[in-house]
Amino acid sequence: MEVNVKKIYVNEDRCLGCHLCEYYCAFAHSGQKDMVKAFSGEAKPQPRLTIEEGDSINFAVSCRHCETPLCVESCITGAMQIDEDGRVFVDESRCVGCYTCILVCPFGSVIPGKEKAIKKCDLCIESGNPACAENCPNLAIIYEERE
Amino acid sequence: MKEKMKYVIIGNSAAAIGCVSGIRTLDKVSSITLISDESHFTYSRPLISYWLKGSVTDDKMYYRNSDFYEKNTCTTLLGKKVDKIDASAKKVVLDDGNTVEYDKLLVATGSSPFVPPVEGLANAQNSFTFMTWDSVKAVKEAVSKDSKVVIMGAGLIGLKAAEGLHEVCEDITIVDLADRILPSILDKKGADFVQKHIEKEGIKFVLNDAASSVKGNTISLKSGQELTYDVLIVAVGVRPNTGLVKDAGGNVNRGVVTDNRQATTLDGVYSAGDCTESFDICTGQNKILALLPNAYMQGEIAGINMAGGDKTFDTAMPMNAIGFFGLHMITAGAMEGECLEAIDDNNYKKMYFSDGLFKGYILIGEISRAGIYTSLIREKTPMDQIDSNLLKVSPQLLVFDKKARQHKLAGGK
Repeated sequence: MEVNVKKIYVNEDRCLGCHLCEYYCAFAHSGQKDMVKAFSGEAKPQPRLTIEEGDSINFAVSCRHCETPLCVESCITGAMQIDEDGRVFVDESRCVGCYTCILVCPFGSVIPGKEKAIKKCDLCIESGNPACAENCPNLAIIYEERE
Repeated sequence: MKEKMKYVIIGNSAAAIGCVSGIRTLDKVSSITLISDESHFTYSRPLISYWLKGSVTDDKMYYRNSDFYEKNTCTTLLGKKVDKIDASAKKVVLDDGNTVEYDKLLVATGSSPFVPPVEGLANAQNSFTFMTWDSVKAVKEAVSKDSKVVIMGAGLIGLKAAEGLHEVCEDITIVDLADRILPSILDKKGADFVQKHIEKEGIKFVLNDAASSVKGNTISLKSGQELTYDVLIVAVGVRPNTGLVKDAGGNVNRGVVTDNRQATTLDGVYSAGDCTESFDICTGQNKILALLPNAYMQGEIAGINMAGGDKTFDTAMPMNAIGFFGLHMITAGAMEGECLEAIDDNNYKKMYFSDGLFKGYILIGEISRAGIYTSLIREKTPMDQIDSNLLKVSPQLLVFDKKARQHKLAGGK
């Protein structure tokens, strides 16, 4: 697909390991307007990214929105799709949680959901600005268009 | 503008749909005709057990959005069976006598349930296979809460059938000749692990045994044991539908033989999906890899090549993600070589290494990020280029060196 979509870029040298991206990601997908409320319920909202933490290095991993996404090609139900802007998204109503996408994603970016459907980065389609990048205090996560 | 082509696809499942997408990446205008003996809009075959269970409704059975054929300007001939391929005249002949001409043809005929030559089985009463939506609709009609169900075959299909039926009826017995369930994806110990979990649901297993005859509602097993049933599901395996290609003079082994561009030995005829043989990159052998992702990718590559492109498929390998009663498992690659295992009450993990490469794995329970493992097998990443100690702990991008990691975190093809 010939689209030059904005992507999330992660710079591990700048990552402080503060986990703010994780919280803001979960909050952005919680359906709540108030962060305190979002995290005070029993069912904690689930982030769509994973933070890897090494001895001296940390970084966040979220969907790379591949040009030829293995998850979309492999999805057994057709729930995983790619839209005209090159955004890879899941129609949760059609996902049965078979985890074939988890089997094939080379980045480990697809997350088993607490409910049946898997969870993944949707680039915060509703707001248009990924919450992880917007709230990263040290420019470790940047959302932009690159060649 | 390029000359218009006539594309014909026999099949309407993953490989066929992949082929349509592949063709349309290069050729937006030529006609595509899809022919299938099933009358449904393209639907997801693996969902039939979910449908039986009631967790997927009719409207969620479909593999693509309802405007798929329209958007891709496909003509469909559904409920029509192809009788033969006339490869010299480049046309297919339907069972109603009509013919359809092609310039490029995809054979994506899938496979059929194998009914073993057991005395009385072919004509057994209330006996069903578990392969198509229609076959499962028939099962649903036949079962009730009090039905005693026997399933022949403890493979992926048999166990999925059991899971689907478990919502409807309580008495389910699964019989298999093998010494374990899921022999195609699990080792013995892993199979026992999963079997215990399924037995907790009240499902019974009879292993190391097989039917010797079926008479009335009674199955006699080789051990002498007899099982009575109300509903019998035959799920011992599938056979690739190779007849059309074979009869047309194309090269067929166990499955249709293709090159790595999915071309058969017949001019202008391609093949993809469960009817074909794939080259397994883990073992270097040609084998049937009847897996949905494999079918889609083969179909897409066939489509690209049919439309004048040039793309090869060289990443096929056994891989499965499946779950039963909430227990998930992911497996990939070849289970051979040095084995490393980590097993506790809820999780089971085995990793296989040989020739300095990561060759295969089994994960049961904890399956997070398994695709990182799969990619190391697929890309044949030498183990000395990655942190093998971290690798053994869990799938993570930290196993790569900084340069490779940076590339991944800024990439995504």
